[in-house]
Amino acid sequence: MDLEYSLIIPEFIMAGLAVLIIAAALAFRQVDQKWFGYATAAALAAIAVGTALAYWDTHDDFANVLAIDHFTVLFRVFFLGIAFFTVMAAVQFAGDRLKNHAEFYGLIVFATLGMMLLGASRELLTAYLSLELLSFSFYILVGFNKLNPFSNEGSLKYMLLGAFSSALMLYGISLIYGVTGTTLYSGIEPDAAAAGRNIADQLASYAGLSGGVDPEATRPGLLIGLVLITAGLGFKVSAVPFHQWTPDAYQGAPLPITAFLSAGGKAAAFAFFLRLFSEAFLPAAGEWVWFVSILAAVTMIVGNLMALQQTNFKRLMAYSSISQVGYLLVGIVALDAANIAQSQDAASALVLHLIGYVTTNIAVFAAIIAFYNRTGRDDIVDLRGLAERQPFLAFAIAAALFSLAGMPLFAGFATKFIIFQAAFNNGFLWLGAVGVTASFVSLYYYLMVIKQMYLYEPEGADRERFHVSRPLAGALVVLVAGVLFIGLYPTPLFDVIHSSTEGLFEQASAMAAAVAGR
Amino acid sequence: MDVGEALLALLLVPGGAMLLTLFVPSRHADVVRYISLLTTTATLVISIYVFAVYDFAEGGYQFNLQYPWIENIAFLGENGISLHLAVDGIAAPMVLLNGLVGFAGVLVSWKITHRVKDFFILFLALFTGVYGVYIGQDLFFWFFAYELAVLPMYLLIVIWGSTNKEYGAMKLTMVLVGGSVLIFIGIFAVFAEAGAGTFDMAVLREVNFGRSFANTFFPFFMIGCGILAGLFPFHTWSPDGHVAAPTAVSMLHAGVLMKLGAFGIIRLGMEILPAGTDFWMPVLLVLGGVAAVYGAISAIHQTDLKFVIGYSSVSHMGFVLMGLGTMNNIGVNGAVLQMFSHGVMTALFFAMVGGLYDQAHTRDIRVFGGLVRKMPLFVIFFGIAGLTSLGLPGLSGFVAEFHIFVGAIDTFPLFAALGILSAALTAIYVLRLMGRAALGPFNPRWENLKDISRLEIIAGIVLIAPIIAMGVWPDPFVDRIAQSVADLPQVEQIGQAFSLSSLTGR
Repeated sequence: MDLEYSLIIPEFIMAGLAVLIIAAALAFRQVDQKWFGYATAAALAAIAVGTALAYWDTHDDFANVLAIDHFTVLFRVFFLGIAFFTVMAAVQFAGDRLKNHAEFYGLIVFATLGMMLLGASRELLTAYLSLELLSFSFYILVGFNKLNPFSNEGSLKYMLLGAFSSALMLYGISLIYGVTGTTLYSGIEPDAAAAGRNIADQLASYAGLSGGVDPEATRPGLLIGLVLITAGLGFKVSAVPFHQWTPDAYQGAPLPITAFLSAGGKAAAFAFFLRLFSEAFLPAAGEWVWFVSILAAVTMIVGNLMALQQTNFKRLMAYSSISQVGYLLVGIVALDAANIAQSQDAASALVLHLIGYVTTNIAVFAAIIAFYNRTGRDDIVDLRGLAERQPFLAFAIAAALFSLAGMPLFAGFATKFIIFQAAFNNGFLWLGAVGVTASFVSLYYYLMVIKQMYLYEPEGADRERFHVSRPLAGALVVLVAGVLFIGLYPTPLFDVIHSSTEGLFEQASAMAAAVAGR
Repeated sequence: MDVGEALLALLLVPGGAMLLTLFVPSRHADVVRYISLLTTTATLVISIYVFAVYDFAEGGYQFNLQYPWIENIAFLGENGISLHLAVDGIAAPMVLLNGLVGFAGVLVSWKITHRVKDFFILFLALFTGVYGVYIGQDLFFWFFAYELAVLPMYLLIVIWGSTNKEYGAMKLTMVLVGGSVLIFIGIFAVFAEAGAGTFDMAVLREVNFGRSFANTFFPFFMIGCGILAGLFPFHTWSPDGHVAAPTAVSMLHAGVLMKLGAFGIIRLGMEILPAGTDFWMPVLLVLGGVAAVYGAISAIHQTDLKFVIGYSSVSHMGFVLMGLGTMNNIGVNGAVLQMFSHGVMTALFFAMVGGLYDQAHTRDIRVFGGLVRKMPLFVIFFGIAGLTSLGLPGLSGFVAEFHIFVGAIDTFPLFAALGILSAALTAIYVLRLMGRAALGPFNPRWENLKDISRLEIIAGIVLIAPIIAMGVWPDPFVDRIAQSVADLPQVEQIGQAFSLSSLTGR
């Protein structure tokens, strides 16, 4: 065992930070609570910068269970960024509407820690535990507004279904363990006796890539295990038909947590999904690609159709994020066991779309939080006349929604173009066509929101123009600029992502080389 | 001698002006207006330059300019996605058309007072997108620009439009974006089939796509782009959208945007998938012919001035599609000429109708009468547009339609007859319109009408000049277009396009 603790210093710092915030709040009761928020944000930003500088060139692993490679570092920084913007957007909201601020920020930090570990995990149980750390933080955060019955309802539904999905996933893990005899994705063991003891190698032998074992004998166990793990993950990322908790949890949660859930929760689950399916399950692609592709298609279709009839903005965004999960799953489907270059393209496309989607979604929510701070309302019709009252917020929301619909100038156009391209290249013409069509349907409901803001005059008692607090407005400017930047010139980002996904396929390339050599 | 940077300027000048306008406080409406006017003046000058400098003796694609954007990464090879700009003899007149209509559009939008800043930002976005389609040589950016040209329409119509604008805007946006779904799928299929790792059209044109592939994916481009060109039976968004849109947007929309559709059929369909033309072009010809007659008949029945022009656009775009469908050089030449001619003519129509509507607040033909007494200039300008529309010799419409009919007689005599019939129907509604509204007994309700404003006169002159120029001296247009049309694969040469020099035998 190689226990190189220096590799996971950022995670230790995060755990310390979470405890520190909660303790500090006990010590300094007189301090204005918003400073805890800004201090957390500053700490998160500092850790992000430090991590990026210190670990970018690292290529190592911690006891074979945590990989510290480009992919991990990219996602560490990404998750820290998500948490940073969430906290920035949350400060005023928390001050006005929540109690126990320090616990609130502390839990956000804990959830972020779970995400960071999840992105690095290359062992099933480690991944599972990280996922639970993340999920438990979210269960509490969703119900954080404890005087609001919706918040409680959302939290309870989320927790019950979350527990159920964890059970499914664990059962799947146990089956995979039974078939392969290991929970390591692809540890390249220094110890000769343990060489080859990893899922990818074992699966390769079942899939007939390296011969030896009779594939038919163990196929049912493998297949059921894969299906169960996918179903459990489907719950976590809210893919149809495992999405039922999503609208309630999104609607009930305090707005910043809805933002965090839709951005961070999805991003972390997909980091896990991608690493698991490309490092461990790739050789068995033939066994899972058909049901993941159906999952992707159904998610895109149902998510968009359900979104059409929503009247509450948070529920609309819940269904819209479900449909985005469908587009992301297209990236998983485009992984190809026989063609490593294609697989890496697909993984890069997925990560690019993920980053574009998350940036856009946080921008939407930051703008909606600013609106909610003023009005306390979150139905779509409440946005009436926003273009008159707060042109900048209306512009930010419109830009972000156009981006989600995949319109040019904004991130969604470029990232969707690339992710659908990956599916087409892997021969999934029909899936790409479903995706493009679903994306077209989504334009309708985004336009309905935009129409409310731009077509109508403000209504109701409160029609004045209003100001957005400086830090929130600043964060929003950065996010909208990011959406435009990814939309107009994703090249540098795509380069970074492409270099980071390389590590995911080392095992697969080595195996391909071995097969070719024989 | 060509300077590729001129094309880049066509994108950067309006794009930059858009960004600049974003930072102008919205209370300085005049600053915003002058920025837009300067921008469109500059782009008009550049457009004229591009049109004039394009060397028709040499032909082919000129002003080539290529900047890499993403390359040698993932599925992309060299120049995978690049900003590749160029014009050929077909694009050159279209660039000029956009310059003219955009300039005139800003002039007639001067009187907009509601959210001036937002209007011009969106207007410039639309304008930039249209240029991008005409000069783009990379499928990614082509499609980017295509969507960019469609997208601002929704907000432009919903905020500044009239008559049933919510319905018209949503219908237009959804139908057009629905069409682009087909284009999107087609682009991917072409990219994957070519396997060249690039979206560069110059490379894809050289790829020899098989007949069955081309037959399968040609309709994705033909229908996807055709929807924007008012292809029957997907044309119904067009009259609704035109009526709902504000004046300048109707001008750009009918004048330039609908041409993008026909242009897309040439660029994506005829150039990249020539093997599919044998099977599909006759279909296009039939649908175009139907649209020509159907649009004209519908126009006869309308009472709203904008609906008349909206349906007349469907009818005229039907001529364009017919011309493309003939697949011989005279017909395709005519189609491109008609794209230009109809562009300036419809823009003129809408500019005039806008000028009238702003004073009268109605567009119902039945309530007008004898307008010539109060608005002589309006009637003259409107009349010129009308006469162009019915194909009076000496004006641009005649030159264009003549080519189309000659081309059609060669392939499908029956449809040529149908086309000529619809030209006759055009005469009915145009002359009836003129007779009722412009001439006829004066309706005293309109005692207070004033003639069109000075800005509208300038806009009108800018648009009338090319109509007359092309009518009496089509050579500059025909020379440029004929050369590039002759280069299109699969287009049959049945003779020489008509121009003064060809008639005099020089």
